[in-house]
Amino acid sequence: MEKFKKVTSRPAPLNSANVDTDQIIPKQFLKRIERTGFGQFLFFDWRFNDDGSENQKFILNKANFKKSEILLARDNFGCGSSREHAPWALRDYGFKVIISSSFADILYNNCFKNCILPIVLDEEKLEYLFESTIKHDDYELVVNLNDESIVDNKNFNYNFNIDPFRKKFLLEGLDDIALTLEHEEKIIAYENANN
Amino acid sequence: MKPKTLFEKIWEKHVVHEEQGKPSLLYIDLHLVHEVTSPQAFEGLRENSRKVRRTDLTFATMDHNVPTIDRHNISDPISAQQIETLEKNCSEFNVELFNLASPYQGIVHVIGPEQGLTKPGSTIVCGDSHTSTHGAFGALAFGIGTSEVEHVLSTQCLWQEKPKTFEIKVQGKRPKGVTAKDIILSIIGKIGTAGATGHIVEYTGNTIKSLSMEQRMTICNMSIEGGARAGMISPDQITFDYLKDKPRIKNLKNFPSLIKEWQNLATEEGARFDKSISMDASEISPQVSWGTSPGMVSGIDSKVPNPKDIEDPVKRKSIEDALEYMGLKADTNIEDIKIDTVFIGSCTNSRIEDLIAASKVIKGNKVSSQVNAIVVPGSQIVKYQAEKLGLDRIFKEAGFDWRESGCSMCLAMNPDKLSPGERCASTSNRNFEGRQGKGGRTHLVSPTMAAAAAINGKFTDIRSFDIDLGDY
Repeated sequence: MEKFKKVTSRPAPLNSANVDTDQIIPKQFLKRIERTGFGQFLFFDWRFNDDGSENQKFILNKANFKKSEILLARDNFGCGSSREHAPWALRDYGFKVIISSSFADILYNNCFKNCILPIVLDEEKLEYLFESTIKHDDYELVVNLNDESIVDNKNFNYNFNIDPFRKKFLLEGLDDIALTLEHEEKIIAYENANN
Repeated sequence: MKPKTLFEKIWEKHVVHEEQGKPSLLYIDLHLVHEVTSPQAFEGLRENSRKVRRTDLTFATMDHNVPTIDRHNISDPISAQQIETLEKNCSEFNVELFNLASPYQGIVHVIGPEQGLTKPGSTIVCGDSHTSTHGAFGALAFGIGTSEVEHVLSTQCLWQEKPKTFEIKVQGKRPKGVTAKDIILSIIGKIGTAGATGHIVEYTGNTIKSLSMEQRMTICNMSIEGGARAGMISPDQITFDYLKDKPRIKNLKNFPSLIKEWQNLATEEGARFDKSISMDASEISPQVSWGTSPGMVSGIDSKVPNPKDIEDPVKRKSIEDALEYMGLKADTNIEDIKIDTVFIGSCTNSRIEDLIAASKVIKGNKVSSQVNAIVVPGSQIVKYQAEKLGLDRIFKEAGFDWRESGCSMCLAMNPDKLSPGERCASTSNRNFEGRQGKGGRTHLVSPTMAAAAAINGKFTDIRSFDIDLGDY
């Protein structure tokens, strides 16, 4: 897997709670048998009008946020199905960091397998980021996983917490199957004891 | 010794490797596979010259894309490709497949228990969030992403952080017409869609213990809609009686000793949960969802909420957005909402008891002329059982379509979908925007409430029907 690097970007504010995986990537795009090319379908029903044109009201279609690599989201982001097509679409579109007050478990877990860093922030701090990125055209966040920091170009500086095991995976881009197979003797012993 | 929960016992028995401060490596006893979340996992195995480690613990079926009218002629070429890909992968990697020609094909969470693959005390995963269904048997069962599908195929293990535990105790007598579906919808309405995030829920209490296995599956199935990693119920005599004649269990020579083992799984008196709530079943009324998230539910005897009454701005906006999408006005009586479509099916409510109960409501009535109604049995076995009982005739005479098994309109990956603005009373599990088709409007209900809505063309209180639904 790709290694996670420092991200500098103006964050895109997606102001909805309970954004579910059916919104992130609608089911008609789950039929592909590849892992790639899902970015074009991200938030499809929100991004595009019925005639295929871009929905100019949708936040990711606003010129200021088109190239954002950081997504701000509300409570329970990514609830719903286990489809890894959701993080595939988010990453392929260009998002490397998602900041929310809470995530659904499976999506949270799936992000780490796809070089996306999900960060949980309390509502007050999240609100500050939402307001700042809407208010200031020059607004920018720097997310550094190495020192677990989020810093903006105003006066916000916060250290987030992340599980050290997951951090190592992202930073080193590890293949977790290879890592697991380092414990193969224990797996065999378990199988022998339980057959 | 400290009393333990069901979850703790299963967890401890399956740890292959653990280190302080790191996730544990858990052994997986059963891996179920379907066509949508597996192709990239098999591709990953091929790219790295890896094999399926335990073909004897891995089973596959196709359910999400399957047409329910002519299942052998799949008109969508991409769906057909996904189904063919599963056939090819199972044959190449030597995985047992219940394919479209099999009399045992069906929704993966219906056929696991039906075949007796689902066992108490086991760890079960599938690339599907409704894997929580299998927790009804006292198993630790949860959905995983495709990278983890590949990981389990290759190693039969999974890295897991130990979740917290959450007891939801339901006590008291269920009023007539209040089903397992109404209990779980009402639980989600109470705790919210993120209420159990990071937790494994165990459902306890005399109401839960009185439920049949199929009803318990309905409850555990929707644990994920409350945000839970998994849902489970301690196994008991009802569990063992259900399992004893299932194909993959009945010939096991060690069945008596297995039962003894399973009897020791139940959560012990005095065991501690990280969090507990209790509910009174006698206060629950038949539920109808009115919004675009499964926590947005009300009793049939109440109204669509008014966003003006909500103080929290994020919640208020969610309700405003939901009502706009659903085309509903605040303060509308639920019983005044007219519907266009009825869908009886999905891994939540497509088993034989669901179809029997719905058919009792339907018998002797006609589907409203304004309504299109379909029944999609959960598996070919359920379909066969229902036809043996003559339920297909009852549904067809009333004006329902009687279909082949599959996930169908629950997520509309096959041709069964809603048109924009179409309003559906659905026995499925998710009412997200576009879930049943772009612009479609989903109301989650029980099978008997769906049947009543089909007849009257609008939501109707099932308690006003003079029929005997037995213990359903």
